[in-house]
Amino acid sequence: MVDLKVKLGSLELQNPVMTASGTYGYGEEYEDFVDINRLGGIVVKGTTLHPRQGNDYPRMAETPMGMLNAVGLQNVGVDRFISEIYPRIKKYRTNILVNVSGSTVEEYVETAAKINALDHIPGIELNISCPNVKEGGMAFGTSCPSTIAVTAAVREVYNKHMMVKLSPNVTNIAEIALGVESAGADSVSLINTLLGMAIDVEQRRPVLSTITGGLSGAAVKPVALRMVWQVAQAVKIPVVGMGGISNAEDAIAFMLAGASAVQIGTANFIDPKVTEKVIAGIEDYLVRHNMTSVAELKGALQA
Amino acid sequence: MKYLHDFTLVNSERQTDDFVVLTLQGGAEPLPELQPGQFAEVRVDAPGAYLRRPLSIHDVDYDKQQIKLLVQEVGTGTRALTALALGSTINMLYPLGKGYSLPDSKRVLLVGGGCGVAPLLFLGRYLKKNGITPRFLIGTRTAAGLVRLDAYRELGEVMVTTEDGSAGTKGYVIHHPVMKTETPDFDWIYTCGPEAMMRILAKYANKHGLSCQVSLENHMACGIGACLCCITPTKDGHKCTCTDGPVFDSKYLQW
Ligand SMILES: Cc1cc2nc3c(=O)[nH]c(=O)nc-3n(C[C@H](O)[C@H](O)[C@H](O)COP(=O)(O)O)c2cc1C
Repeated sequence: MVDLKVKLGSLELQNPVMTASGTYGYGEEYEDFVDINRLGGIVVKGTTLHPRQGNDYPRMAETPMGMLNAVGLQNVGVDRFISEIYPRIKKYRTNILVNVSGSTVEEYVETAAKINALDHIPGIELNISCPNVKEGGMAFGTSCPSTIAVTAAVREVYNKHMMVKLSPNVTNIAEIALGVESAGADSVSLINTLLGMAIDVEQRRPVLSTITGGLSGAAVKPVALRMVWQVAQAVKIPVVGMGGISNAEDAIAFMLAGASAVQIGTANFIDPKVTEKVIAGIEDYLVRHNMTSVAELKGALQA
Repeated sequence: MKYLHDFTLVNSERQTDDFVVLTLQGGAEPLPELQPGQFAEVRVDAPGAYLRRPLSIHDVDYDKQQIKLLVQEVGTGTRALTALALGSTINMLYPLGKGYSLPDSKRVLLVGGGCGVAPLLFLGRYLKKNGITPRFLIGTRTAAGLVRLDAYRELGEVMVTTEDGSAGTKGYVIHHPVMKTETPDFDWIYTCGPEAMMRILAKYANKHGLSCQVSLENHMACGIGACLCCITPTKDGHKCTCTDGPVFDSKYLQW
């Protein structure tokens, strides 16, 4: 028997496969296809202090082996998350992380403090890197001082696992990761979507209502893999890798590059059962390579 | 309950230059109950087609466990589907969304434009089973774009408009004589097609105090309400076309 368990600081994952924020709803949407209790964890929708309507339609464009989105953090707000959604999903026997976003440091802090009180939420993922919100997210994730400020301020009020999600839309992602580590993050996750654009040439218009949007899916994998590798070299805290993971081989590549665990996003849209297949595939790989624990994969790149 | 099932392509019939009807054979399990207006997210394995393609259920035969899809070739994904050889496996995530509901009157008009005619055949069959005779009004650019009229005629009267006048009344559906009378002889409009057409019909329905159910064709990714890409503005804010729709009461939309 191989051991798929992973420890991310205080978080214990039964396997390294989590789902990425904004692609898995609150988990419920996938109940017909996957036993949510068998996942390493789920990161629910980006949640903000106040409800958000998000951006106008169109919010999506298919691109070669990927997609652009401009959802813009549509969500019911933290209070309705706590009163309506949390009671429904707290039954899941997996790690439920809430992805937290805001436009000001105070909003991040207030939202995180409210979630700190929820017994069945063992961690948050601080989204300092959303490319689809005008003020806020983007600005925070792309400059080192603001990133450190948000992380440190949330650390003051949040005492469970604090994962910080990094933006790839920066010059030096390892530097930001180091800053976040020094500000008290328990782990980092990456990458969020890559800023991109699509044009409808017949109409001579941008496809998305916001003109630019976030690129995800298989197309971003090589970039994500490189960034995970760079960050894993730089920091001591655990790294959670994502960006285009579509099968077990992809997930294993991220772990070889230094990730302790992975998140799967866009691939769930193409195959809602992909998470279960990736878990089975990792187990298979470990057996084939005479490994006893998934932990042996971490950083086992022979370069 | 939603399912992820493999189907086998058992028939592929080209109707026009760009419309093909695919007949998909289910497997061992019986088909779940499908509502007219619901759709399937169809997996396409082709370069250039990454996401699934949302396609309306065009027709259902529960006894034979077959589902028909009417595919308009509009891009890489749909062209890959219509190019599949008989015997190919097609994976579908279905049934998705909320479909059309039964009317509170027997006087109904089903209005389709372009590939929007697809769900209206299944809807017509469903209405007929419930003792309501459907009447169809179908609008296309030219006579060459009319698809499967015989199948619709088996269920009820079929009226046609074409933009160039090559069949039926010249103009758009709104120009057909059936829409021109002072008091319409129908109480419910069911429609699917280009949004501009449906907006005009919604306005018409409001003016005459009719009910109007429209089926939106917003671009979507997941199809199950997880990604929030396919939203439409409603009286209650942004709603997902894939789970709260695709069929909406026109009065509920911010049109
Ligand atoms: C439709 C959509 C919505 C997303 N919403 C969020 C979000 O609310 N918060 C967040 O941190 N990341 C969000 N993301 C980014 C994903 O969590 C993930 O970082 C990215 O898609 C890369 O992984 P993937 O290629 O496996 O999808 C979203 C991605 C998509 C496609």
